[in-house]
Formats: sequence, structure tokens, C-alpha cells
Amino acid sequence: MMSSALIAVIPVICVAVAGLSCLLLEAFRERGERLPIGGLGIIGLVGAAIASYLLWGRRAESFGVVVADDFGLFVGFVLILIGILTIACSPSVIERERLPQGEYYALILFAISGMMLMAIATDLLIIFLALEVFSLSIYVLTGLRREAFPSTEAAFKYFLLGGFSSAFFLYGIAFTYGIVHSTRLDRIGAAMAAQSGVASPLVLAAMGLLLVGFAFKVSAVPFHMWTPDAYEGAPTIVTGFMSTAVKAAAFAAFARVFLSALEPLRADWVPVVWVLAVCTMIIGTVVGVAQTNVKRMLAYSSIAHGGYLLVALVAGNSAAKASILFYVLVYAITNLGAFAVIALLGTRDKPIEQLDDYRGLWYSRPTASFILTVFLLSLGGFPPTAGFVAKWYVFTAAVGAGEYSLAIIGLLTSVISVFFYLRVVVMMYMSGQVEGETGPPLPRTALAALVVSVVALFYLGVLPTRLLNLAAASISTIF
Amino acid sequence: MALVPMLSMLIALPLVGAVLLLLIGNRDGGRDRLIYWVALGISLLEFAATLWLWAGFDPHSADFQFVERIDWIPSFGIQYAVGVDGISLFLVVLSGFLTPLALLCSWESVHKKVKEFCFFMLALESAMIGVFLSLDLFLFYIFWDAMLIPMYFLIGVWGYDRRIYAAVKFILYTMAGSVLMLVAILGLAWTHAVATGGTYSFSYEALLQISVPYHLQFWFFLAFALAFAIKVPLFPFHTWLPDAHVEAPTAGSVILAGVLLKMGTYGLLRFAFPLFPDAAAYFAPYLATLAVIGIVYGALVSMVQPDMKKLVAYSSVSHLGFVVLGLCAMNVQGLQGSVYQMLSHGVSTGGLFLIVGMLSDRRHTRLISEFGGLKHVMPRLVAAFFVVTLASIGLPGLNGFVGEFLILLGAFRWDPRFATVAATGVILSAVYMLWMFQRVNYGAVTNRKNEGLKDLSLRERWVIVPIIATAIVMGVAPGIFLNPMRPAVERVVARMAEGQPTRMVRTTHTTQKGVGSIVVKHAQSGPTSISATPHSGR
Repeated sequence: MMSSALIAVIPVICVAVAGLSCLLLEAFRERGERLPIGGLGIIGLVGAAIASYLLWGRRAESFGVVVADDFGLFVGFVLILIGILTIACSPSVIERERLPQGEYYALILFAISGMMLMAIATDLLIIFLALEVFSLSIYVLTGLRREAFPSTEAAFKYFLLGGFSSAFFLYGIAFTYGIVHSTRLDRIGAAMAAQSGVASPLVLAAMGLLLVGFAFKVSAVPFHMWTPDAYEGAPTIVTGFMSTAVKAAAFAAFARVFLSALEPLRADWVPVVWVLAVCTMIIGTVVGVAQTNVKRMLAYSSIAHGGYLLVALVAGNSAAKASILFYVLVYAITNLGAFAVIALLGTRDKPIEQLDDYRGLWYSRPTASFILTVFLLSLGGFPPTAGFVAKWYVFTAAVGAGEYSLAIIGLLTSVISVFFYLRVVVMMYMSGQVEGETGPPLPRTALAALVVSVVALFYLGVLPTRLLNLAAASISTIF
Repeated sequence: MALVPMLSMLIALPLVGAVLLLLIGNRDGGRDRLIYWVALGISLLEFAATLWLWAGFDPHSADFQFVERIDWIPSFGIQYAVGVDGISLFLVVLSGFLTPLALLCSWESVHKKVKEFCFFMLALESAMIGVFLSLDLFLFYIFWDAMLIPMYFLIGVWGYDRRIYAAVKFILYTMAGSVLMLVAILGLAWTHAVATGGTYSFSYEALLQISVPYHLQFWFFLAFALAFAIKVPLFPFHTWLPDAHVEAPTAGSVILAGVLLKMGTYGLLRFAFPLFPDAAAYFAPYLATLAVIGIVYGALVSMVQPDMKKLVAYSSVSHLGFVVLGLCAMNVQGLQGSVYQMLSHGVSTGGLFLIVGMLSDRRHTRLISEFGGLKHVMPRLVAAFFVVTLASIGLPGLNGFVGEFLILLGAFRWDPRFATVAATGVILSAVYMLWMFQRVNYGAVTNRKNEGLKDLSLRERWVIVPIIATAIVMGVAPGIFLNPMRPAVERVVARMAEGQPTRMVRTTHTTQKGVGSIVVKHAQSGPTSISATPHSGR
């Protein structure tokens, strides 16, 4: 029956419909008229959340290519959360940067719908479709400040390289189809498991091509070149959105493909991902140290965080799979929050992007600097914030899988990363007081969203049990 | 068992107080005084609570007392578990004792962002007490790492000129060591899972029960020891210390020297040695060598310091070397001496930093050459200075003597060579301290700026009198402290001497048999020994 077949994608549809309505509303908006377009988006996201909640634990299937299992829904929740936080922090930024608001919200929602689809897709073609849906939205979002040269440049770079990686990915799908005669993950998994002995070069080629596609999306070194430029050029709030949401969705699909369909080939891909993880952690942190632009620094930091997620992928035991979910959630709240504060603090003539702009911020903007400090400390993995628990979880999994060297490298790089997170803190608190205007207060909705994020980080840092159990239960349905 | 969760209350009280402090509105510093009074009140209340804990402590028991256990993250066997024994008891009391003094000494010297200053001081106290009370390695690590943040801000915001460099160096050094310890903790929990058939545990007492294979002990011990050696700091990991001490505000230096450094030695005594007894026995001579080098090196470097604060900082390297030496001896005298020296160093070095801080408040310099003849100007302050100096040197009748004596005794019983070299540190400490004291206080007043300096104020008397009183009590009646810690110390010694019952590897400390022979014995211990080879968890 058609109607029941669509159940699994209802959350995705909710978000997509909200996106379409935003576009329509914008089309009917009088010039200068203020419409709560963002509110519409939030309604759509809340609807998707309710739908996901109702689908929880039911493992609804659509057409055999989309399975709304708990793993996918968990990531879906994270994406919904990212969407709500982004939209809550957006209005004042949109006004200040004179972004086209209808298009902005619509693109955000389209991107989220694509990502949510990617998280629950169990067919390589659907994954590709979802990938393109959100990628195209994000290319446009990156270049949304049309008159700003860096924004356009970033969008162009991201688009070209992104298109290139999509081609790799598609090629990988084609190879896989050639071997297995299907693009469905369960069939691929069965076929791979049935193969005995050494994997054929064709299989390895297919796997490698898929790996390149994913590695690009999660900005693993050496496929990270686009990241700093795109993150720096995009409007800051968009950077926050794409640095978290893209990673969440891409890692969901990455884990699903490699830990279920390609699990039989584990011995072949683990060494490669191991090297990727090490390179990503090291390059992300070491190059991050050299940055003086905070957005760029956070871009490298997000590359490094991708490296920690790759560690979990290498570890591959059940703790590791659950830790991916937990990490993605904590990272989403933290990183998005940090970018949101940066976006909200700036003004049109004076964006707060260089390290030096943060000098004495504590004295002029105590609340904002406190919030930013919590996010930075969480990114650095200090207890009692959630960032610590997330890292602890990943590295517990790594040690449990015998990957001591990965754990040691990961934790040492996280010490290096503390250096650059603390540079911002040093600037804000310790570099003396700068006389100057105190700037406008944070907008109320944005402040509320940020305070909730901060409280959530402390809550998850002190009492993570519930969410850890939820994450552990979510993975048990698929792997 | 008491009805109130005593230890949780001890941990929470300063933090809750600190958060309440944040609620006091303080625009333009109008209520700085009020905030100081409230913070002081909270810290005194906390001190009273630690004394209450001491009063309720059973001195004849070697077990952990006032234990609280709540499942925290059950899927990984993580508990919120706290408890106190004779070793941690006095370190908790010490933290409670020094925090009010540190707050009181900042009254005149910290004017900027007073509310936040008091907040960080109290938050720091919570974390410190948490470190000493944790009986779960995960919980311990959380407090251990969380403690860095307030200290980082205290140094970085309220410190002197090179404060940023010092603060960043402090935090990076400590973290670099502690993340390796985290890997070892995770490995230990994993080893527990392998040994018991799949249940993770971070509980200290559960981890004492398992037998850790020697090759893992070797690496785990190294990781733990590195973290703690950086904290102590043991030569050659000490370079962060002079920077942090010199740049920190007086209150920060007092807490840093008084309590934070003890976390390193406490960690060695509580975790690194008992958890990995075989590795500890193997590494003890190496640690002791570093400790002895630190004793002599710290003393020699102290001698040539032109800056009083730096002199005291290097003297800490020397004094803490004694503590580590006593630990390595692994006999009752050595360990008791070590714990006693930890307390004693907290009191006397805390006192020295307080006095240097008072001089620095008056003259805004800490260079010895800027002073001279202070005896004529400030007789009371100099008298206090004199007592604290003698306490630091280890004059019999004052606190420093007991600890050093016991340590040397213990070390001599273990290996006379270490004791002999370490004893020179006692002499050298007299040289650098007395020479500094003489240059600062005796002779004529050569610098005219020193002529009008005020003697101790009432507030400063309140700061320094408790220090002196404690120094005297600890010197004449050490039994008050030594007796309650004895059972706990003996338990550690017994554990170190016998190793684990399943293994019965007995290595004498003077004749090392090397790694190979121990491993062979291990293999003989049969089915109880486990192997956590990589990839076995898949």
C-alpha cells in the first residue's frame, strides 16, 4: 500500500514541506513586510521531531531503500536540533547581513531534509540522491552573500570540489552495481560476505571510490582542502550549520555503508581509514594552531573532530558505533553554538573573526564570552562538559578494540587543540581591557537557544547515562 | 555511617557557594568587600566541615570511611564513589585550611573582577577536594582535569606580567601528561573487562582486585607516573612550575604549592603504586633517582634566584623530591614521612608565599636585592617570616623536620645511597633559605623605599598566625597526624610488599631482577593471568 510505504519518510517530508512553504511565503511577502518565516521552519522541524518520535523503535521501511531505524532517527533528531538552533540564532544575522530570508530558511530546511534522508537511506542511490539534495542547498547557502567576494569564492570552490567528489562517489556506486547487481546495502553486504578469500581489485576500487566520496564530505585529510575556505567564506551562521549538520549526516551514511554493507571487507578498509584518521587528527590540530582567523581555526578544529569520529569508525565495536551517535550530538551542539556566538557578536562593518577582535571581550560582553568559553572548553574536551564525555566514549571504544596508538594520538592532538581554543579564551579574558562600545545585547531567542545549549552541555557532561544508553540502544537495531 | 552524605557535601559546598556568589550583583566593584566576606565565610564553613570530618574519622581503620557509592554510568561500571582514608583525610583538611587564608591574603591585592576571582577560588577548592576523595578513576580524572580550568583563569587573569605564557604552559603541560593517564585508565578498565568476563569497571577497589599482566603494568605505570611526575613536579618535568608560581597571584601560588602539587604525589601513592605494584617496584629506583636529582638541583637553583617567589618555587621542587623519595622507599617510615611532608610543605611553603605576597603588595617587587634590613622596619612580619623560614628548612620542633626525618629514615632502610645524597638537600635548604632571609631582613636599610613600610595589619596577622600555629603543632605533636594515617599507610605498604596473592612476585628493592624474570614468573601463575591482546575485543 502506497500510504504505509511512505511512513518511514514522513519526517523528511515534514521538513521538505516546511521548506517549500517558506519559499511560497517569501514569494507572497510584500517588500519590507515582516513575516515569521523562520517560525514556519521551526514548526516543520518540530513536526518532523514528533513524527520521528512516533516512528522510534518501529523500524519502518519504505520501498526497501529507506529504513527508519533508531540509528537513522537518532541522527535525524540531531539534525532537527541543529536546524532549530540555527533558525533560532538566524533572524538578527539575516537582517544584519541582508540575506534573502525566504531563500535562506528554505535552503536550510531542504538541506536538513536531504540529510535526514541520507541518515535513513539503505540504498546507495538514495544516499547519493540525499547527498546531492543537501550539497546543492549548502553550495548556495555558502554563497548567499552574493556581493561579498570571499563568500562567492568559497561557494565556487566548494561547488567544484564537491561536484568532483560526487562523481567519485557515483563511480563507486556504478562499480558496486557492476559487482553485486544491486545498490541496496543489505544485498551488497550479503554479496561481500559471500565472497571468499582476497577481495578482487574491482571490489577494492568500488570501495575506494565510495571512501573518497565520504571522506570528502566529512572533510577527512587529505580531502579537506575545501573546508577552511568554505567555512571562512560562508556567512558565519551557515558555517555553524554546515560544519555540524553535514558531518552528522555524512557520518551516519559513512558508518552505515562501511560498518554494515562493507563490514565483511573490514580488513581491507580499516588500514586506509586508520591512516585517514591519524592524518585528519594531526593536520586538523597542527594547522589549526597556526590560524589567526577564528572561523578558520574552528574549521581546522572541526576537521580534527572528524578525525576522532574516524577513530570510532576504525574501532568498529558496539561502543564505537554508539559513540559516533553521542559524539555527533555533542559536537553539533558545541560547534554550532560556538559559530553562532561568533555570528551574533559581529556587526556588519566589523565581523568578529580575527583573534585580535576578541581582546578584552569579557569586559565588554561578559555573557557572550562566558557562553563562547563553555563551547570552546567543551570542544577542547574539558570535564565537566559534554565534550569530555564524548571524547572519553570514543577513546574507550578505541582502547577496547585494542587501538591504543589511535587513542594516544587522538588524545595528544586534543591537547594541541586545547592550545588554540585557549588562545581565544586568553584573548577574551587575559589580554587586558579594551575601552569601547559594549555592542548590542544578544537577541532574546538566540540567547535562549545558546543558554539551553550550554545547560545541555553541562547536563550531558555530568549525567550522560541516559543518552549513552539511548545511543547504545539505537545502534543495536541495525548493526 | 553518618546520615548526611558528608563527603559529597564537602565537594559540593564550595561549588554551590561559588555559584551563589555569582548571583550577587557587583556593578563597578561596589560590593567587592561583601563578596570577599561571603567567600571567606563559605571557605571557613568548608574548613569547619573538614575538621568535622576529621573528628568523625576512625583513626584505627585502614579502610575507606564515609564511603558513598552511586551508579553513575552503569554500562561502563562507572560509579560516583567517594571515600576518605588516613592518607586523603589530611590533604582534604589542608585544602580546607589553605583556601580561606588564600582568600584573605588577596583582600588588598586583587581588585579586578573580585566576584569571578572568588568564584574560581571556591570552584578550585571543590575540584581539589574531589580529587582527594574520588574512589573511581573516572571521577578522579574528571576532577583532575576540571581543576585545571579555575587555576588557568586564576593565573591568566589575575597573575603578573607573563601570566598568559605561564597559564598556557601550566595547562598544556598538565594535560599532556594527564591524557596519557586517561589512556591508561581506559586500558585498565578494559583489562578489568577482560579479566572478569566483560564488565568494565573504573572503581579503584575493583581494579585493585584484578591482576594486570606485567607488560601492561609497565606501560600503564609509565603513563600514570608521567602524569603525576609532571604535577609533582619531578625533575626534569618541573619547568612549568617556576613560571606558574612566579606569575600566579599570591592566592594562586599558595594553592598551587600548598595543594595542587600534592595531587601528583597523592596520585603516585594512591593509584600508580598500588595498582601496578610490580611495575612500581621496577621503576622505584629510577623515580628515586629523579627525585634525588630534583632535591639537589632544586636546592642549587634556589640558591641563585634573585626573585624570592622563584626561590620558593624551586625550593618546592626540592621539597617534593623528598616526598617522592619517601614514596619510592615503600616502607612505613618512608610513606608516613611522605604524607607528612606533603602536609608540612603545604603549610610552610604556603606560609612563605603568603609572606612574599605581603612584601610584594607593599613594594610591588619580589627581588631580593630590592630589600634589606626589614627587621628594623617591620619586626612582626620579619618574626613571622623567620618562623616560616625555619619551618621550611626543617628545624626540629617545627613541621618540616618530622617529614624529612622520616623520609630519610625510610630511604636509608631501603637504599642508603639515595638517603645520603638526599640528606645534602637538607643542608642546602638551610643555605638558600637562610641566605635569602639574611639578605632581605638583616643589615641596614639600604633602599629608601623600604623605610616607611607598614608592619603586619590585623588582616595579615589573621593570615599568618594560623600558619605559624599549625607549624608548631605539627612540629611538637606529630602523632596527631601520624597515628590516623598509619593504618592506611600500612595497607599500602603491605600491598606493595606482597603484590597480589595470585602472583606472589616478590622483588626486593635493592636487587632488581629485571623485566625478564618477572615476566617468566608471570607465565607460571597460570590461568589467572590474562592477556589483553589487541583486537581481542571485536
